[in-house]
Amino acid sequence: MNLNELTITQAHEGLKRKDFSSEELTWACMERVKEFDGKVKAFLTVLEKESLEAAREIDKKIKAGVIPGALEGIPVALKDNILVQGVKCTASSRILENYIAPYDATVVVKLKNAGAIILGKTNMDEFAFGSSGESSAFKITRNPHDLERVPGGSSAGSAAAVAAHECIYALGSDTGGSIRQPAALCGIVGLKPTYGTVSRYGLMAMASGLDIIGPLAKNVEDARIVFEAIRGRDPKDATTVDYNAPQPPLNLRGGEGGVTGLRGTRIGIPKEYFIDGMDLETEKAVRLAIKKLEELGARIVEISLPHASYALAVYYILMPAEVSANLARFDGMRYGYSVLRGSNPSQPPLNLRGEVGGLYDVYAKSRAQGFGDEVKRRIMIGTYVLSAGYADAFYKKAQAVRTLVKRDFDEAFLNVDCIVAPTSPNPAWLIGERMNDPLSMYLADIFTISANIAGIPGISIPCGKAHNLPVGLQFLAPQLREDVLFNVAGAYENARKAVDV
Amino acid sequence: MSLSREEVLHIAKLARLELKAEEVEKFRMQLSEILEYVGQLTKVDTAGVEPISQITGLQNVVREDVMRGCEADTREAMLEQFPKRKGDLLETLGVFE
Repeated sequence: MNLNELTITQAHEGLKRKDFSSEELTWACMERVKEFDGKVKAFLTVLEKESLEAAREIDKKIKAGVIPGALEGIPVALKDNILVQGVKCTASSRILENYIAPYDATVVVKLKNAGAIILGKTNMDEFAFGSSGESSAFKITRNPHDLERVPGGSSAGSAAAVAAHECIYALGSDTGGSIRQPAALCGIVGLKPTYGTVSRYGLMAMASGLDIIGPLAKNVEDARIVFEAIRGRDPKDATTVDYNAPQPPLNLRGGEGGVTGLRGTRIGIPKEYFIDGMDLETEKAVRLAIKKLEELGARIVEISLPHASYALAVYYILMPAEVSANLARFDGMRYGYSVLRGSNPSQPPLNLRGEVGGLYDVYAKSRAQGFGDEVKRRIMIGTYVLSAGYADAFYKKAQAVRTLVKRDFDEAFLNVDCIVAPTSPNPAWLIGERMNDPLSMYLADIFTISANIAGIPGISIPCGKAHNLPVGLQFLAPQLREDVLFNVAGAYENARKAVDV
Repeated sequence: MSLSREEVLHIAKLARLELKAEEVEKFRMQLSEILEYVGQLTKVDTAGVEPISQITGLQNVVREDVMRGCEADTREAMLEQFPKRKGDLLETLGVFE
């Protein structure tokens, strides 16, 4: 097995035993990037020199007898909307083509303190607006399982990089499914934590009331390790919450060797999640997985989330509303692309009284030239639903329906420990297939969005194939109950591995 | 729900986005379709339902009202991103004619 194919746990064990060095591990990932990223196109920025230097520093410590921490010396890739000081951060947008991050995001500070090796920044849908990665202004990331297909999005490059073994794990962000859906389409594990458990400081804001950073990893245990490393209250993000993971109920606790079964665990299946138009092979894979959970001792309970079908409509009001406000900062005046200077910082500024008409023109032209179509659509939808005369009909109404969506989950969790559902109604589609039909692209997130609306955690793990492409199985738990997700998803993963062997 | 060309131009103006002539019709159709879809919420009875504004139930998170500086290199890195500057000041166009 090549070093770049290791999990976090395996890499950590190897570093601890001095089977290999962090430099060798980092180099293995780097070689994979050089060999394969021309095809997959997952990375926008590769920090070859910096990551190898950082790895050598870790190696010195290990050589001197220091026992490495869980993430120490292990290479990670970061979605390009997470700031790393001194490194370009574009959100895959022209408007930030030459933007250099002036400070570290809180998650980056935490990773650096943990000794993580930052390999580079990954491609994404522009400003995380998309479900396929295709709205990047720079390149189209491809699905490592089939290069003609999309990897899902918006954390497209992070998912593809993990699936292609170009890194050991990655971070993404999830506002409506942007970690779980690409994880499903690329056949890896993706965790969207409870809203507020991970600081958003230094994450480029999309919809601040929904955004969360989380891991994309090769298995459930790795996702858990990363979540433990990046979570926590942060004075720089007032929406962060205290997280004291409650003890799992007795019936979820495994024996010495980890989770052994799911006896007594109640798992809900929302009937609204098996919809008309869902791909039949995907449904079959998910149904088989549910049967497996039953064999492991779980009690499967049919539940109803009557307002689930409205979550997508709620999302496409609340999210663009927040987007239109958050992206107002791109005004061609303070940073990023400006018609006053173009996107190249070395280009001399235009005469302020010269070619540009006035302040309004600087705003409108800089934004028109700097943003892609999907960004423009969302800003305009948001502007419309917040405008005088429509705010009550759209925005306030959506917030009220949000309450109903959350209540559905609250009631369901009175009777079940967690919920299981498909992550995506179909496997990876062909590149280009949905680009001219925004609404069909939005429907790709139909099963993931409700978790963001309700602020609850969700995890997607592989559960087989449909049309020879990966299928994702999604578990949802009450707020702050990531422990339940790790236990149940971990038990299923172990059982499946046993079958594979 | 169908937007008119004038409405699209008005929204674009509010959003500070210059649209090319050929973009207006494309966005008019796409935005109308999206608004039609989200319009289904009118079917939901929300009488007496409190709207949610913070999903984990936090309220009034405050800190002391004191100024906190940032690292000198962070400050300089931010100033360097200005399209046009005079010393440490951001130079902009006049707001008033």
